[in-house]
Amino acid sequence: MTSETGIGARVKRKEDQRFLTGTGRYVDDLPLARATYAYFLRSPHAHARIKSIDVSAAKASPGVVEIFTGKDVADAKVGGLICGWVVKDKHGQPHKSPPHPVMAVDTVRYVGDSVAMIIANSYDEAKDAAEAIKIDYEVLPANVDLAKALAAGAPQIHAEAPGNLIYDWELGVKADVDAAFAKAAHVTKLDLVNNRLIPNAMEPRAAAAEYDKGTGQYTLWSTSQNPHVLRLILSAFVLGIPEHKLRVVAPDVGGGFGSKIFCYADETMVCWAASRVGRPIKWTAERSESFQTDCHGRDHVTHAELALDKDGKFLALRVETIANMGAYLSTFSTAVPTYLYATLLAGQYTTPLIYANVKAALTNTAPVDAYRGAGRPEATFVIESIVSKAAMEMKIDPAELRRKNFIPSTAFPYQTPVALQYDSGNYPPIIDEAIKIADYKGFEGRRAEAKSRGKLRGIGFSSYIEACGLGPSQVIGQLGGGVGQWESAQIKFNPTGNVQVLTGSHSHGQGHETTFAQLVSDRLGVPIDQIEVVHGDTATTPFGMGTYGSRSLAVGGSAIMKAADKVIAKGKRIAAHLMEASVADVVFEGGTFKVAGTDKAVPLGAAVFAAYVPHNYPLAELEPGMDENAFYDPSNFVYPAGTQICEVEVDPDTGEVEIVSFTAVDDFGNIINPMIVEGQVHGGIVQGVGQALMENAVYDEATGQLVSGSYMDYTMPRADDVPSFKVGYKVTPCPHNPLGVKGCGEAGAIAAPAAVMNAVHDALAPVGVGHVPMPATPLNVWQAIHGAAK
Amino acid sequence: MYDFTYHRPKTLADAVNLLKGKDEARPMSGGMTLIPTLKQRLARPSDVIDLGGLKELAGIKVEGNNVVIGGMTRHADVASSADVKAAIPALAHLAGHIGDPQVRNRGTIGGSVANNDPAADYPAAVLALGATVTTNTGKHAADGFFKGLFETALGEGELITSISFPKVEKAAYMKFPNPASRYAMVGVFVAKSASGVRVAVTGAGSCVFRVKAMEDALAKDFSSAAIKDIKIPADGLNSDIHGSAEYRAHLVGVMARRAVDAANK
Ligand SMILES: Cc1cc2nc3c(=O)[nH]c(=O)nc-3n(C[C@H](O)[C@H](O)[C@H](O)COP(=O)(O)OP(=O)(O)OC[C@H]3O[C@@H](n4cnc5c(N)ncnc54)[C@H](O)[C@@H]3O)c2cc1C
Repeated sequence: MTSETGIGARVKRKEDQRFLTGTGRYVDDLPLARATYAYFLRSPHAHARIKSIDVSAAKASPGVVEIFTGKDVADAKVGGLICGWVVKDKHGQPHKSPPHPVMAVDTVRYVGDSVAMIIANSYDEAKDAAEAIKIDYEVLPANVDLAKALAAGAPQIHAEAPGNLIYDWELGVKADVDAAFAKAAHVTKLDLVNNRLIPNAMEPRAAAAEYDKGTGQYTLWSTSQNPHVLRLILSAFVLGIPEHKLRVVAPDVGGGFGSKIFCYADETMVCWAASRVGRPIKWTAERSESFQTDCHGRDHVTHAELALDKDGKFLALRVETIANMGAYLSTFSTAVPTYLYATLLAGQYTTPLIYANVKAALTNTAPVDAYRGAGRPEATFVIESIVSKAAMEMKIDPAELRRKNFIPSTAFPYQTPVALQYDSGNYPPIIDEAIKIADYKGFEGRRAEAKSRGKLRGIGFSSYIEACGLGPSQVIGQLGGGVGQWESAQIKFNPTGNVQVLTGSHSHGQGHETTFAQLVSDRLGVPIDQIEVVHGDTATTPFGMGTYGSRSLAVGGSAIMKAADKVIAKGKRIAAHLMEASVADVVFEGGTFKVAGTDKAVPLGAAVFAAYVPHNYPLAELEPGMDENAFYDPSNFVYPAGTQICEVEVDPDTGEVEIVSFTAVDDFGNIINPMIVEGQVHGGIVQGVGQALMENAVYDEATGQLVSGSYMDYTMPRADDVPSFKVGYKVTPCPHNPLGVKGCGEAGAIAAPAAVMNAVHDALAPVGVGHVPMPATPLNVWQAIHGAAK
Repeated sequence: MYDFTYHRPKTLADAVNLLKGKDEARPMSGGMTLIPTLKQRLARPSDVIDLGGLKELAGIKVEGNNVVIGGMTRHADVASSADVKAAIPALAHLAGHIGDPQVRNRGTIGGSVANNDPAADYPAAVLALGATVTTNTGKHAADGFFKGLFETALGEGELITSISFPKVEKAAYMKFPNPASRYAMVGVFVAKSASGVRVAVTGAGSCVFRVKAMEDALAKDFSSAAIKDIKIPADGLNSDIHGSAEYRAHLVGVMARRAVDAANK
């Protein structure tokens, strides 16, 4: 059915009514009777031993209800936070697992590590009391610089990880790759730093918890992207609260970008302490706490080499990466620079041999974990930077070099040398379309015109692939992942015919309430305003794995389609009974059951009514009610791909980079709501542009302080930093999920950094600049030009 | 934020008296700097005296050759004032590029000039235009008013009531914003009047300063070519993650030339 609200329609987002009128309900909005307020006192040092903590004066401070220190938490036998993905190093040994206490006991390891939780009748009283806590620190040598983390003599951060090494991991056969390099006509070499990012969700992390003494039931409201997974971790590993006695609710959540996937210390403490103080506890991070303690993203140092034959065919790729883990291993940190990174290094190309070596290192910085794209932006940045550099060195047009090496459309399913099997794709038409939209042919003219205005104009390509829609559970398990990766759905009709769609996915800005309703409206013919999508509450929704890795539609949406099919199957049997027909003769069209060749018809609503008021109903064979459940475990990842073309103008006097044109052509498979997809693409590109030109988490080497700890120093991209984007689509439907969809949530952020940086390098090549570090801030660009001129 | 007592006097005399009586009293105009400081617990005033109710401090007037702007005048009002745009368009332009709309609708010229943030825009205009800062106790010439990092010639309890800007022949302000905060990383205000040329630089150093070499060269030849070889020494300039001292020194030259070109347009 194609309708104004079905698949393919630009339905306005149902949820925006409440978001735009200020009637959303976020964790901090919760009115909880007798609530107390928590404040976390945090380490001002990057690395220090806690010699003593004296909370006596603070406990006497007005309004204080309770104060907990790391010792109290340890004495209560609270478990540590876990890393849920076991990565085996190149010798087959599991990664080093230093403990991650929910509150520092005797050592603090980064600025922001929490040392005390103060609970008071008001937030200000809690903060006042925190000032009265006396801590005697013995400051230890610290290291915040990834490049130095593994060097001999670097400060040792955890005894359990000698030399600060979490793992030394590899993928591919080094000897084969080295042999291919020996025969190469050309080798391009590249050193890159993938800059560290701070997620900056609009809503800071928040938690509220309540303990019901009568039932022993805990309720934790949390800004989580995956409330069931959070409950599972808290129950099974950290707090030991039985799963059925813990309800986790993630109500409206204002953005996450990955940072709200993880099980954090603060939310854990709020939940734990609720039963100890016997009153509800509320906590909302201040913005500076978000900067200091949300898991950061990226942060790689990489050396890469690409071997080519004389015609520019890729022969082999060799990549050495050091990845920053921060001071502790966060929930999925170990997987990001391995299985979400090195497995993507084939990109869109037929590179036959790839070797990747990744070393994960500890530093005295906030933990690093998945952030929009997680590993795949890092991989794309490596591949697309080195391909463009090779094109420049070999004087081959960058589009031509890419085309020459694309996996041909006839080769799918395509087995890459780095474990993944791409299910579908057709890359040449994508780059052709992008070139057309971007008017690549006219570029040299625009470059000349810009030069007449004193500007250096450049153009950059980025042809990305991503594996998302996580993922087949058995593959995830084989790779060390600790959880299944299916998704769940429940379609629950009410007797009056309207529908609740319960999903295990979680929406924190993505528009699921609209997209998922479109699926159901399309499939079942129910008007969209009769459909309510419910998510985010472990007490009401089926167990779900949550939202990340662009999986909600491909996996969660597929579960909804399966549940819808069950509704139709059951409806057919009810309708057959009502029409006195055989089930085999009943068809379902436009929301109505019909018997082909007759005028007999039963609308779905009538079948549902009969199911709830089963007076004329086949009760002997069929249960009453219309409430269908489905779980969906995908058979493969999905592989969105696309090409972005960015055009910049550099002001050589100031080093400023202006993005003057930006084109993105994507293959997301079938598209359910083009407007929402565009929003995801636009937002993703802006995040990628942010990484390329502005954002940078900087720790001071001498003091370990987070220098970019507020918006005074951390540059977020703003609307006036980007032009109007030109977007286009090519569609190769995903062959293995019922919707034929691929993910779109991360694509923009994955591809954009390379597109922008390639454009910057193209612009600066004529003035002799070889490399500009990312982000290409005015300072970095000016210094590169200035250095080149010297 | 710590507790304090809030006052909203109706007259300047009351405000001055309130300030005098308390040891830790602070005046507040737009609160765009003071309130974040309080929220971060970086200041602990006993009393906050809100100047928002003082009629004496409001409004923009043209008095002879001068534009007189009341201390409580919001940046947005300066930016959109027909009088300012007609008399000193560069000043309206400057005000229109401070912060964002919310900040411009709250922040005031008195608060900005009293605060003397090294990266604030107004101090460059005050110094380059040779403005006069009027307070409840007297008048201060621009030269000598800005004493150092967040330091001015204002005495204890002294309040800025208005700032008087003489009209000039030509003027322009060029700002290179800090990428993150969008305060001035380097801002150069150039003004040419019958009495000569003044070039004031904000953002680059610990306090707004004049560049004598450029002023002399421009007095002879008011063109960007006249200053293209003047190098600003990097010594003593600010250096942070957004810009080294050398980069800022370089930007002073670029922004000064662009300001001269803009003034000549
Ligand atoms: C997000 C943001 C962006 C900004 N961007 C810029 C920018 O780009 N450029 C720029 O120049 N500024 C910028 N500002 C600063 C802002 O524009 C104000 O000028 C500044 O905050 C001070 O003005 P105010 O009226 O808010 O003063 P307040 O915060 O009320 O006061 C500041 C200080 O001055 C004292 N004070 C106030 N009024 C008087 C008076 N009449 N006499 C004596 N002392 C007084 C106060 O006690 C306090 O110490 C920005 C501010 C914010 C929050």
